[in-house]
Order: sequence, then C-alpha cells, then structure tokens
Amino acid sequence: MKFGIGQPVTRKEDPKFLTGRGRYVDDIELPNMTHGYVLRSIHANAIINSIDVNSAKNSPGVISVLTGEDYAADEIGSITCDSINPMLSKGEPQLRPHPALIKDAVKCVGAPVAFVVAETLVQAKDAAELIQIDYEILPSVTSVLSVREKDTPIVWEGTENNISFTFGIGNEGDVAEAMKNARHITKATIVNNRITTNSMEPRSSIGAYNKGEDKLTLYSSNQSPNRVRSELAHTILHIPENKLQVISPDVGGGFGMKGGFYGEDVLVLWASRKLGRPVKWTSERLESFVTDSHARDVVADCEMVFDADGKVTGLRVSADYSVGAYVAPSGGISPMFFTLLLSGVYAIPAISVVTRCQFTNTISTAPYRGAGRPEAAFVLERLMDMAAQELGTDPVELRRKNMIKSDQMPYQTALMHAYDSGEFEQIMDEAVEKSEWHSFQSRREKSKIGGKIRGIGLASYLEGAAPFNERMEIRFDPGGDVTIVAGTHSHGQGHETVYSQMVSEFLGVPFESIRLIQGDTDKVAMGRGTVGSRSMTVGGSALHLAAEEIIEKGKKIAGHLLEAGETDIEFDSGVFSVAGTDKQINIVEVAKSSYTLVMWPPHLGMGLEGIGTFNPGMGNFPNGCQIAEVEIDPETGKVELVNLVIVGDVGTVINPLLLEGQIHGGITQGVGQATLENIVYEGKSGQLLSASFQDYTMPRADDLPLYDVSSHPVPTTTNPLGVKGAGETGTVGAPAAVLNAIVNALSSVGVKDIEMPATSEKVWQALQNAA
Amino acid sequence: MYDFTYQRASSQDEAISNYKNADDARYLAGGMTLIPVLKLRLDKPSDLIDLGDLEDLEGISEDNGNIVIKAMTNHHTVNYSDLVKKHIPALATLAGTIGDPMVRNRGTIGGSLANNDPAASYPSAVLALNATITTNMNNIEADDFFKGMFETALEEGELIKSVSFPIPEQAGYQHFPNPASRYPIVGAFVAKTGGSVRVGVTGAGPCAYRQSEFEEAWSDGNMDPERIKDIKISPEGLNSDIHASAEYRAHLVNVMARRAIA
Repeated sequence: MKFGIGQPVTRKEDPKFLTGRGRYVDDIELPNMTHGYVLRSIHANAIINSIDVNSAKNSPGVISVLTGEDYAADEIGSITCDSINPMLSKGEPQLRPHPALIKDAVKCVGAPVAFVVAETLVQAKDAAELIQIDYEILPSVTSVLSVREKDTPIVWEGTENNISFTFGIGNEGDVAEAMKNARHITKATIVNNRITTNSMEPRSSIGAYNKGEDKLTLYSSNQSPNRVRSELAHTILHIPENKLQVISPDVGGGFGMKGGFYGEDVLVLWASRKLGRPVKWTSERLESFVTDSHARDVVADCEMVFDADGKVTGLRVSADYSVGAYVAPSGGISPMFFTLLLSGVYAIPAISVVTRCQFTNTISTAPYRGAGRPEAAFVLERLMDMAAQELGTDPVELRRKNMIKSDQMPYQTALMHAYDSGEFEQIMDEAVEKSEWHSFQSRREKSKIGGKIRGIGLASYLEGAAPFNERMEIRFDPGGDVTIVAGTHSHGQGHETVYSQMVSEFLGVPFESIRLIQGDTDKVAMGRGTVGSRSMTVGGSALHLAAEEIIEKGKKIAGHLLEAGETDIEFDSGVFSVAGTDKQINIVEVAKSSYTLVMWPPHLGMGLEGIGTFNPGMGNFPNGCQIAEVEIDPETGKVELVNLVIVGDVGTVINPLLLEGQIHGGITQGVGQATLENIVYEGKSGQLLSASFQDYTMPRADDLPLYDVSSHPVPTTTNPLGVKGAGETGTVGAPAAVLNAIVNALSSVGVKDIEMPATSEKVWQALQNAA
Repeated sequence: MYDFTYQRASSQDEAISNYKNADDARYLAGGMTLIPVLKLRLDKPSDLIDLGDLEDLEGISEDNGNIVIKAMTNHHTVNYSDLVKKHIPALATLAGTIGDPMVRNRGTIGGSLANNDPAASYPSAVLALNATITTNMNNIEADDFFKGMFETALEEGELIKSVSFPIPEQAGYQHFPNPASRYPIVGAFVAKTGGSVRVGVTGAGPCAYRQSEFEEAWSDGNMDPERIKDIKISPEGLNSDIHASAEYRAHLVNVMARRAIA
C-alpha cells in the first residue's frame, strides 16, 4: 500500500510550509487590532518601591498602560504550578503562585512589570521607555550550584531555604545495605547545564473580545490549546470554558517549551476585554531568550554501587534542580521524569532518589524535548563510563552485565515504572557493530598521526513516553471525503501525513481525500495536545478506535444497502461485502449514502463518523543506543563530532522518513547541549549573558556529521498499534554519548570529566590542567 | 527601532553635505551592523544616509603594485574577485569567512573598517598588508587608522572612498570563529611585503593590532612557524567573554598566526 503504515510517505504539509504559506499567530491581522509591549524587570531580585506610568499614558498612540495594581484590582487569577506528582512529593510544596504582572518585588530578569497597549508596536515601545520604576536591588542567586552553598541569597524572603518542592522515591535502606557490601562505589557530582529551546517561531498571542457574545478568543503559539483553555478559563479568568476559544494555528516549533500557557496569553485576553479591541503581543528573539522557559539545570551527587562481579547493586542520587523564580505550570514534569527514570536500561535492585527543586533568580524551567529523561540518562551513562574506567572494564561489557535482558520483560524497576518490552542488549550490539567499535584503536592511531585526539563513547538509554488519554474523531462529509479532528497538535511533526497514512490503511480511503483539523477549541471537543512523545501512541490508537467505530456503523449501512444482515457484512480494504457473495460496496459510497435526504431508515442515523478515545496507562518506553566518535584538536580544544550511530526502538514504525526526521532533530538538540549550547547568567547581577544568537550557540549543519540512523522495532503491547514515542529519544541519548566520547578522548591524557557544553576553551583548559 | 529620516544619496558630495546638515546622521553602507543596532534601539540617529546608489564607490582594480578596493565593494565581490584571488589570495579567503552568504552580499569593506568592531575580520588584513585608507579628506596609513574599540581616525562625517593594499610576496589568514556568531574569537593575518613581515591580529583585543613579537621573530623574512611557537603572548588587556578568556585568546593568537602561514 503506497500510502499505508510503514511507508516513507513525504509530508503533505511541506508544500505549504516550504512556500511560505503557513499562517502563524503573528501573520493574523484582526480589524482594529492594537499592539502590546511588556516592560520587564532589568534586575534579578529587587523590591519595586514605585512605578510611575503617567508620562507613558500620555505618550502618542497609547491606549492603556497596565500594571500589577490593575491586575490585582481586576481580580485576575495567579499562575501556578499544577504538575506536582503527589506520589513523589515529600513535604508541602511552596509554589508561589504569581500574577502575569508583578507588583511588589521582581525575582528574575525579565519578570513582567507593565503592559503597554498602543496603536502601533513602536508607540508601545516608546511609551514603555517613559515608565519610571524605583527598584531597590537585593542580592540574587542564579546558579543551582550556588544554591547548594551556605549563606546563599534567598529568592523568596521569609523562608529558610530555596526549596520549592522535593521529589523522593526508592528504598534508602536497601541502598545503604548495598553500600555496606560494596566492592566498589563510583561517586560523582554530575552537572546538567541550563539550555533553552529557541523555537524558530517565537511565542505570539492575540486576545480578542467579542462583546456581543461576551466571548474571548485567544490565538496563541502553543502545543495544547484545550489544556490552555481549561486552565485560563478556570484558574485565571474565572469564566465558563465555552466562553473562551483558544486557537493554535500553525506553530513553528514547540519542543515542550510551548506546552502550556504563559503570562502574555493572560495579558492579551485581559487587555482586550478591558479595552474592547484585539491586542497582539509577539516575542522578539531577545525576549525569547529571557522569558521562554529554560530547561535542564540540575546537579546530582551520585553513588553507584558495584559488587565483586561488576554488577550494580545500588544507586543513590541526591539532586538539586533549578525551577527558576516563578514555578511554571509544568515545572514539576522534568524533575519527575528525572526522578523516575534513574533505573534506565539496567537491572538495579536498590535505588534511592531525592530531587530538591530549588528557586533561583532565573526564568522558570519547564519541559524541553526530553524533559528530565536526558538528565536521567546522562547520570546513568556518565556513571557507567566512570565506573568502567575505575574498574578497568570495557564500557560495553559493564553495561551488558547490568542490562535488563529481553527475557526478563515485563520488568518491574526499583522505582515506579514497569517496562513492557525492550531488547536493550541486542540494540547495543547492533550499534557497536555499526560504529565499528572494535576497530576504533586504528582510527585513534590515524588521528594521532594528524595531531588529533580521538574518542568514542556510547549511551544506552530509555525514556518514558505517551502520557494521558486522548480523543480523535474521523468523519465523512456528504461528498465522501474524510476529516480527522485531532486532540493532538502538530507543530512540525507531520501529523497530517501520518494520520492520513493510518486512516487510509484502516478505512481504505484515498490518502489525498483526508484532511486534518486541529488547534481550535471550538472545533476540537477535547484533546491534550502534543507533548511527551505521545501523538502516535495515544492519537494513533484513538484514531484506530475511531476507525473501528466507523467500520461497525458502516456494516449496518452496507447491510441495508446490500439487502443483507449486518452480521453477514465483512470489511476489507475499503470494501464492505456480503460474505460468500460478490455483492459489495465501497466505504465512500456507504458514507455518501449515509447522508440520504429522504427514505432513510431512522436507526441508521445520519452520516458516518467515529470517535475514539485511548488511555495509554503508564505509557511506553522508547529506548536505544547511540555511539559518538569525536576528534579533538589539542591546540585549540575544538571538538569535531565525526560519527554518530543510533539504533533505536520506537516500536512499530508508521513512517520511516518522518521518524528519521524526528531522530535527526532530536540528536542535534542533544549534541547542541553537549558541545555548544549554554544559558549563562552573570553571577553577581543575575543578568542573562547568553541572550542572543551572537552568544548562545545553536548547532548548525556544519557542526554535525551525517547520522547513521536505524530502527530495531520491538512493538509494545500497551497499545493496539505497537508504537512507542519517537519525538524525544534522539535527545535523550545524545548528550551522554557525545560527552562520553569527549571524555574518552581526553582520558588518554588523564582528564576524567568535563562539564557540558564541552566548548573549545573548556577542552583546551582541561588539557592544560592535565599537562 | 526609533524613527529616523531616511535619505538616499545620489553623489558622494550630496552624502557628505547631507551628513553635515543633519542633527546626528549615520552613513548606511551594507547595514549589516547598523541595522541590527537600530533594531535593538541601541542607537538613535536623526538621519540615515544610504550610500547604496553610489556606484563610483564600488569596484576593484590594480594600480601600480596595489590592489585598490573601493569602499562600497561587498565581501562576496572581494571573495570572488579574480584580481584579489590572483594577487592577494589570503584577502579573498578572509572575505569568504565573514558572516554568511547574505551578509557577504550586503556588507562592505568600507562599512566594516569605519565601524571597527573588535572582532571584524578586515582590520587584521589592513594592518598586516600595510594598506592605505583613502577618504574624502585624507590618505590614512593602516597604523594610524584603528584607534580603539569602535574607534577610528575618521573625523565626523568623513567618508571612506577606497582601501589600497600593496601586493605582498606571501600572505595568509586564519581565524578561530566564535561558535555562535562566527566572528573571529581570534584572527591572524600574516604578510610579507617588500621583504618585511607584518602580523595583524583581530578579535583578541579591544581593537585590531600588530603582534610585534611575531614580526621580530620573522624579521629576516623567514616565516618559519616553529620560530614563534614558544612565544607566549600576555593575556593582559585582551578581551574576555563567555566564549573565550583572555588567556585562551592569547594562546589562540599564537596558534592562528602559525596556521596562517602553514
């Protein structure tokens, strides 16, 4: 089947996007629209003694200047974290709900203090420059390493420490016991640096109030419009959900960073209702760096316990995770995945994890491609390499010894998760083979002749994917064409293509006749959007169930049309037929007939459509092995990634071409963190130093080799399609593989560890120190 | 961006007189630095005087042992110029390392020199090749032109017309790019002209400069990289930022100078 499941179908969406015909929020112009500009804190921690907006209000073109006082007076709700997993939480979380305009004290650079609405953006900016704010500057702390020090500044006055919430899981007693009987303990403090997303399309929002209907519409660049509607309606605006429509049109990349709503969504809605005119706000790139949620930023003290056979008998991880000053609605997600996934692909009988989520005077952290899973994989895979070095063991063999074997599935870890399937060892062996691991030494010698230092490193990893249930609709229109109404949200993934492949296969209808509707809460009854590598699993499975419903309904209609009993009707490849006869009818004809105007049996209803909902339970566990090879120029410290092999298990592959695209992008974002990307706040002032593409290094094509991508599918039993998540797996393994390769290279001259990103200067410095 | 008056000059004289008559004007050459600066509201000129129509400021010629590049010649043109490639291939190479294809097709040599960004590429070549910068008022020697960070010998309103590069016997350029901006963290241009060696360094300090220790080591005209390998450059006064400390830059100056002629 040319367009069926498993085929490398090219993307339906591409002609639109590649010819500039996408329609993003900022492309939308509404009649009488105004423009909003957010004035932000220039200090990391300061008391606001006063704000004077009088000159700004009188500036040309200004319609309104709103402050935290107005926000409070209008009783608009506060933004709070709603993602604390109660099964992990220890003690009472301190979440510090915050308004979308800060009133009395700012806690990070970029905190919003005033919203200027004017006829033009330039006028709004001009007016914002006239706002006078009297700040009283307080000491600040921006680095999670500094949070660990004594006498560190306190982000929220009146509290003893900076802990917002703490996650804990595992059995400390068993770990202590394992330590008593240990032959060797590998100890390390492992730092996972702070990075940011940099979606190609910056965030953008338009609020529009329809006074006649007393209804608000939000156009917003986000991944989960129905979730955004629920949260904004209930906790922020206190209005019925059916009085708020959220539209996420074409979205140019989300990666989790656009998973929920932001304060600016609240500001444009509030202002548009207050002023009776649509209000648009679009982030500039500098603003994106300063205000988009950042990610990672965790430091972990780790102890991995080994017995005399090289088997891991225990693991203790005590981590501090920066959640920024204002905990994001989804601020609990990444620390949760980090905490829960510290068994990885290994059979570790005793594990104990404590993750303290710490306030810092920085912008909030929230999910970004991987969301806690790269951090967990990084801890495990660095520890494995360090242990192999300390024990004088081959890193592949040490992993093999400790891996969960496929015949142990399903496997209950010492943490919460039970894995349903996986062939970790076979996948590692395939990757080792493809990377020519065993002939590495000869390549190292060759590099040496050219004055370079070569290294190789691997990461075997696992992640958890596909949270929450989902709802999908399939409907035929009276002309016989098909519309999918999706609760998921494609913002670059290519859902229109893969869903069309699926429906084309399930129902035997032409691929070209299928259209996707998404991203509008007035059209999509309910959906959880696209986050956490979930759309193929939950969207795809719900789509499968919706198709089943259509086939069942279709059998009734076909029975009527073919003058046969419903139970005699069979369905195959788009054709209903009467068993044992040559009587048959195509599903498209059945669909057209279902809209017959008169003389239609009442019990057949009207139209042909199906609704499917699917609950993935604990989701699934995509996994893989990545092997990186690097060459280092010792004179400059420059690291060149010369090879990267990935063998991955994402279960059933719907479209290998799009899968490879997901893997490529995922790996690249992981390589970026390992070697290039870094968010840097200036220690004393708390200013963001890496606030433009001049200073924040994004990976580019010329930084990367051609990846060697292959699949080793082990279909999961947890959904009818056998698919596992694919969107994040590349990112989960890449940082550890690349860093292990770099340390492997440097270990030949005595370097034991290096922090991400392994920039040229850092590598050069490490070589100097080792010399 | 703040509002400003946009003017498009039809002659050099008109550009110069309009500059004088405006409150606080800027010449607009390629705009590859100026436009981003304006967009970030870091500058607030009253007038922009666009030099884009001044065709008499574009072109490359050979004149009595010199390659003369007019001020509005863009980097792409220098990169692909047969004359430059034939006589000073290192200069063509340098032009090809600036920015990306879009920047190279807009940015100009005159604009780059007048702006004098500490990490601009051309100043290293101007110093090493001992070029002469011709303006509407003066001929300025390379050694007199670069005064400090974003500071040059140009008077207010003075317009660069061309840059004249003596053809060297040998020259080479190497830079170590900032991984994010791809500007040189350190760039070194080494040239031997008329038997004497000059080394221009950009990116390392607040302003491009000549590395006299290397010039002395190569003063007999034998540019053997081994001769400078053990010369330690002092990090004092060099730039330091999140990508490279002064110590690292000092080290890279040596590496880049050796690689320029390797």
